Amino acid sequence: MPLKTKFELKPGPATREAFGRTLVELGRENKDVVVVDADLSKSTMTTYFAKEFPDRFFSCGIAEADMVGVGAGLAASGKIPFVASFSVFVMNKGFEQLRIGAAYGRSNLKVVGTHSGISIGEDGPSQMSIEEISLACSLAGFVVIAPADEASTKALVRAAAAYQGPVFIRTGRPKAPIIYNGDQKFEIGKAVGVVEGSDVTIMANGLLVAQAILAAEQLDAEGISARVLDLHTVKPLDRGAIGRAATETGAIVVAEEHLVDGGLGVRVAQAVAEIHPCAMEFVGIHDTYAESGETEELLEKYGLVARDVAAAARKVLSRKR
Amino acid sequence: MLELDIHMSKSIEELQEIGKRVRRDIVTMITAAKSGHPGGSLSAVEIVTELYFNTMRIDPANPKWADRDRFILSKGHAAPVLYSVMAERGYADTPKDQLNTLRKLGSVYQGHPDMRFIPSLEASTGSLGQGLSLGLGMALGARLDGRPSRIYVMLGDGEIQEGQVWEGAMAAPFHKVDNLVAIVDYNGIQLDGFVKDIMDVAPLADKWRAFNWHVIEINGNDPVAVRKAFEEAATVKGKPTCIVAHTIKGKGVSFMENNPKFHGVAPTQDELKRALQELN
Repeated sequence: MPLKTKFELKPGPATREAFGRTLVELGRENKDVVVVDADLSKSTMTTYFAKEFPDRFFSCGIAEADMVGVGAGLAASGKIPFVASFSVFVMNKGFEQLRIGAAYGRSNLKVVGTHSGISIGEDGPSQMSIEEISLACSLAGFVVIAPADEASTKALVRAAAAYQGPVFIRTGRPKAPIIYNGDQKFEIGKAVGVVEGSDVTIMANGLLVAQAILAAEQLDAEGISARVLDLHTVKPLDRGAIGRAATETGAIVVAEEHLVDGGLGVRVAQAVAEIHPCAMEFVGIHDTYAESGETEELLEKYGLVARDVAAAARKVLSRKR
Repeated sequence: MLELDIHMSKSIEELQEIGKRVRRDIVTMITAAKSGHPGGSLSAVEIVTELYFNTMRIDPANPKWADRDRFILSKGHAAPVLYSVMAERGYADTPKDQLNTLRKLGSVYQGHPDMRFIPSLEASTGSLGQGLSLGLGMALGARLDGRPSRIYVMLGDGEIQEGQVWEGAMAAPFHKVDNLVAIVDYNGIQLDGFVKDIMDVAPLADKWRAFNWHVIEINGNDPVAVRKAFEEAATVKGKPTCIVAHTIKGKGVSFMENNPKFHGVAPTQDELKRALQELN
């Protein structure tokens, strides 16, 4: 089936919206699910949960360090707490508390960052989180997830709630193109093969999965067979899928809405170096902060669209042995 | 359902005897470790002893009992006082005969409290400023489940210079948790010197009152006053209690008392000998 037919990539709800809706479902199913927020519930979409379960929703005011600590304390009391804020705030202002209270303390805390990446648009760089995957992966014992669309967010938020241990989930502000139908299964640590291909593999997560699909279409027209993998779990990585991609296609592009330093790309590169070294290229943000603008304009300007992914694929193919 | 005998109900005299042993443990184990924080451990002996031997509803044989009271040593560097008191109280994971392995490789007695090694601890601490938020979360969790658990958080006076303490201090009365008690070990000394010279925290009781806490100010080295304060805290409804405990850093060892040197320096063998003579 042509990719264009298989993936219409119609605009779907933002992944933060999918998170907020799923949180309400979880709240109905399990009274131990609680939420701690730092004055951003209308943006993180925990407001749906707050409305239905006001007794299980705790406001900490604009105090992310306290929010993370209170969440870890609730986890110590046997609750399944979700703490949520913009990624940039919960990860940077709450990092030490995530380290001591959640990681070192082996907490069952679920941390959800919304408004990740540069696609938040007009608010600009102070609100744009481009380093939190790196920070989250440096927390020992954390699971780190960056879903691409509504269906995958719903499934992975559920998986995070069921998992015993600390989890960070990265979600975004803008509408996310629909990639999956309801039949696709998602498992923590298991990559999803989105497009079959044999010449090169494009690995992506978040908004870049849709761009990777579009890039695969462009490459297909040129006679290049590109495999697309959704690496929604950045930690632990699916080393099996990565190893197969390296062995079978011999060329890898990693695409993410994150600094290329410390993100998915370097983690995949480490795995590839250990398992089966091959040529690699990296699509992401290169050692800079972005600026205000519309989502589409920003993704174009900072090199995070299908055209950039396809170019990286051609480049890596030129180096393929 | 089995009703557990969770109150030790030790007399003040018995507590004082335990306190003496705890003080001897503290100086002995820190000397053996050749590093550690004797001053802030010695200042907190009466408070931690009262909590574990009288005030708190705990069962060392069943340390994860869901309805238990909980203690968080937010000033984690005072770990020796907690280790010694828990060992005295008979927790299986705090063996008394290993206290002198403090800070040594493989010891359960890590430099700062670490739940990976002692599961009976309620929190891994050591990075200052974080215990009050954890305690608030535990207090909210207990209230949500309708459990009788009360949460006790011991803060250092230097520690409360950390901003997160005041985030938690603002949030706890807002959430009206009356099962949360903060204790400030106000011994007046931090690593670099006297608190008033490094970053004054006075007027301390006024600060907590302004944040809508019920405040009790006591001599924190007077076991009767300490017990009464916890009893009063248990009667307060609708707000958390802060006990501002005026204590003496290095309490019980004359040459350590009010001496900033002994915030974070281990006694020598000779100093240990003199300390133990005073504590006998």
